[in-house]
Amino acid sequence: MTIDIKTLKVEPRRHTFGHIARRLGADKPASRYEEGTLDLQATTNFHYKPLWDVEHWHFDETRTAIRMSDWYALRDPRQYYYATYNIARANQYQATERNFEFVEKRGLLASLTPEWRDTLSFYLLPLRHVEWGANMNCTDICDRGYGTAITAPCIFSAGDHLAMAQIIGRVGLMLDGNLGNALDAAKAAWMDAPEWQGLRKLVEDSFVIKDWFEQFVAQNLCLDGLIYPLVYTKFEEEGRAKGGTAVTMLTEFMTDWFAEHSRWVDSVIKTTAAESPENKALLSGWFSAWGRAASEALTPLAIRVLGAEKGPAAVEACVATLKKRATALGLAAV
Amino acid sequence: MPRIVSITLQNTDDARPIIEAITADNADCTVHSYPGIVKIDRDDSLTVRRSSVEQRIGRDWDPQELHLSMVSMAGNLDEDDDYFNLSWS
Repeated sequence: MTIDIKTLKVEPRRHTFGHIARRLGADKPASRYEEGTLDLQATTNFHYKPLWDVEHWHFDETRTAIRMSDWYALRDPRQYYYATYNIARANQYQATERNFEFVEKRGLLASLTPEWRDTLSFYLLPLRHVEWGANMNCTDICDRGYGTAITAPCIFSAGDHLAMAQIIGRVGLMLDGNLGNALDAAKAAWMDAPEWQGLRKLVEDSFVIKDWFEQFVAQNLCLDGLIYPLVYTKFEEEGRAKGGTAVTMLTEFMTDWFAEHSRWVDSVIKTTAAESPENKALLSGWFSAWGRAASEALTPLAIRVLGAEKGPAAVEACVATLKKRATALGLAAV
Repeated sequence: MPRIVSITLQNTDDARPIIEAITADNADCTVHSYPGIVKIDRDDSLTVRRSSVEQRIGRDWDPQELHLSMVSMAGNLDEDDDYFNLSWS
């Protein structure tokens, strides 16, 4: 007896949700990113304007001067939604965890020269307050922004900034043998040291930017775009000759994160600038104002770390790279 | 007479961008959708390009990851860092 096994193919009635199919132009299987992002945010039927902002609806396109015909054009090239984001970060954090173990087991921070240990504590540890500020800004953008495509990656970014604040905190604890004195001193430096006051003012100013897209440019393009290359490339290069190689291992996360984060920021800015000349003019104006403010705020810190000659040159180099990046994105960088 | 090479992949969220990349890069390939799997046939040769897949998934992709979604294949394999090629030599 032969048994003939036949497969019966059942065509699913739908491959994806109706609103996704309308966006894709056809009913075809959509990626999880698309299903978890596109048209997710409510756009209509808000009954009352919120008491905390009577001028606007809960989700309101007019909270920024930027105009987009479709806010879902601002997609994330990394295609992060809850799962992909968490898987990627869990892997990165595992690597960070191993690096900490490695450095701790071998006592590698002991090879820092005493003078560089002071400098390192001075420039790295107060940055956890900057990270906290960045967390505030990203959360705020997520709160007031329009469209899941931009707000979701913002809240991921906010989480990343907290993670980096923690990494810096752990470096501080490792430096003083878990006493916490180094972190107290860092807080004092953040509040009182003249080198930090420019940056502190800038971070505090960025909290009260009315236009959330301006806040996006200030935080994600200008502040991040200067702080990370300056601190984790320029400062650490200087430190490597002074026994600071281990620190580079501990802050590896920041370097990787910045490269990846920039891909997303670049794509958002590029798409927005390409939308209309008005957008481009707004973005360019914000970029030059906040870029200049950030470079001025960072210069005293760079002078303290790298010296009166190399410090300003390092900031200049970072500014030049950032301007090149902005020009490539279609901004008129001045 | 041309001989057919083929690759069979699971029809999953991971494999869909790969399938899309294959169909975009290999002209005249035939896609058969079966329950749960997708079989792609082509005369003589078929290439999966790293760059095309990366472009679709937005992250680094190692052609070795293909094996996580692959059910079956027919053809002689030439594997490299940048592509995964099937052909009859």
